[in-house]
Amino acid sequence: MTFAPGQTVGPFFHLGLPFEGGNLLVPTAHPDAVRLHGRVFDGEGAGVPDSVIEIWQADPSGRVPRGTGSFHRDGFTFTGWGRAQTDGDGHYWFSTLIPGVTEPGRRPFIAVTVFARGLTDRLFTRAYLPGDEPEALLDGLEPGRRDTLIATREERGLLFDIHLQGEGETVFLSYPRQAR
Amino acid sequence: MEAKYRLATFAWSSVANVTTQADINREIDQLRGSGGPQPRLDYPPYRSSVLRHPTRDRQLVDPEGVELWAPCFGAADVDDAEADLTIQRAGEPLGERMVVTGRITDGDGRPVRDQLVEIWQANASGRYWHQRDQHPAPLDPNFVGAGRCLTGADGVYSFQTIKPGAYPWRNHVNAWRPAHIHFSLFGTDFTQRLVTQMYFPGDPLFDLDPIYQSITDPKAREMLVASYDHELTTPEYRLGYRWDIVLSGTHRTPLEEQ
Ligand SMILES: [Fe+2]
Repeated sequence: MTFAPGQTVGPFFHLGLPFEGGNLLVPTAHPDAVRLHGRVFDGEGAGVPDSVIEIWQADPSGRVPRGTGSFHRDGFTFTGWGRAQTDGDGHYWFSTLIPGVTEPGRRPFIAVTVFARGLTDRLFTRAYLPGDEPEALLDGLEPGRRDTLIATREERGLLFDIHLQGEGETVFLSYPRQAR
Repeated sequence: MEAKYRLATFAWSSVANVTTQADINREIDQLRGSGGPQPRLDYPPYRSSVLRHPTRDRQLVDPEGVELWAPCFGAADVDDAEADLTIQRAGEPLGERMVVTGRITDGDGRPVRDQLVEIWQANASGRYWHQRDQHPAPLDPNFVGAGRCLTGADGVYSFQTIKPGAYPWRNHVNAWRPAHIHFSLFGTDFTQRLVTQMYFPGDPLFDLDPIYQSITDPKAREMLVASYDHELTTPEYRLGYRWDIVLSGTHRTPLEEQ
C-alpha cells in the first residue's frame, strides 16, 4: 500500500506549528532540567533560520511517556514530546530531562525530526547520549558519520548540531516500512 | 551526464535571478518520474532545496524504544472550537466557506484514532497571517488560518474553514502556488510523522509548481488532492471536500499494543 507523500512546511509554518512552551518539556527551573540545543546548518554552513525541530524521548527511567498535555503543559507531567523553531542564527533549544534506556544494553537516544522551508520532506535522526555501550547503528557507521548522531555533553546539557548537507552531514534515518 | 550538466546550467541562471516559468517547466519535465512516491529531497526546480537536502542516502534502521510509539494528545491539548477556523475572531471571515474531512489510516488500513491534526493556510485572497508574507493582497481581520483537532475513534478529522487563495512566491519570476492547506499529522508510531499539503481538484497551477512536482510520481501526487463531495456540502452554507490520508505502516506488533 502506498502512503501519502510529504511536502515542505514552507515559509509560513510559524502560523501553524510553534506554540508557547513547545520547547519546555520541563520548566527550566526543574532540578534535573538540561538544555538540549544546537544549530541547523545548510550546505554552505549557514544557519537555517526557518526550521522546526521536534523531539520525542523516554523519561529518565526509560519509560515511554503516555501522558497528554504537551500544548498546555502543567509543569508536572513529562509528555516526552516538544517542538522548537530555529531563531535567526539557526539555533534551537529545549529544556528537557536526560532519557533513560528503554531496552537493556542499548544506548539512550532522543528521536529528532527536522522540518524546514526548502526541505521537501521531514527528516528523522537520533541524538544519542555519549557513552561506551555497543550500539548497532553507531557501530556500523564510519567514525566521521557516527559522530553526527552523538550529542556532546555540556555542563548544563547536550549540544546537538544538525547539518542538512555537506561537511559533517548528519546521518538521517529511514525505517523499513517507509522503504520505497 | 547530459541531464546533470543541464541542471548545473539552470542553477547558474537562478543566480542571475532571471529564471522564468518556462525554465522551471523544462527542469520539471527533465525530472518527471525520476523519484519514488515520496518527494525528491534533491529537487533543484524548488530553489530553496538546493542547499538544504542531504546528499547521502538515508540510513535504514529498525525503529526501537520511543520510535515505536507516538506522542499522545488529548482534551487537555485541543479545544473542539479549534477545528473551526471561521469562529476565531469577532466577525465572519470573507471567502468561500468549506468543510474538509476525511479518515486517517495507517499503512495497514487501521484508523489512526485520538490523534492530533494541525493545519495552517492562507486566507481567501492568498495572504498568510504572517509577518513574512508580503503579497499585496488584503489580510482578513476575521481569519487567522490555523486550526487543530483530534481524530475520532474511526480516525476521522474535520475542519471548517475558508477556501485559501493561490499566492505568489519568489522561486522564479511569476511563480504562484496552487491553493493548498498545510497539514501536520501523527500516526501511532513516531516513524509515521507526516507534514504535507492538501490541494484542490483541477487546479491549473499544478503543472507549474515545483513544490507539488517534487513528488515526481503522478499517482503519489494525486494522493494530496482532495475531492469535492456534494454529500458534504450544506445547503446555502458551505462546500464540502473529502481528503483521506494514508500514513506509512506501523512497526509495533499487536502484542506490544496491549
Ligand atoms: Fe503555503
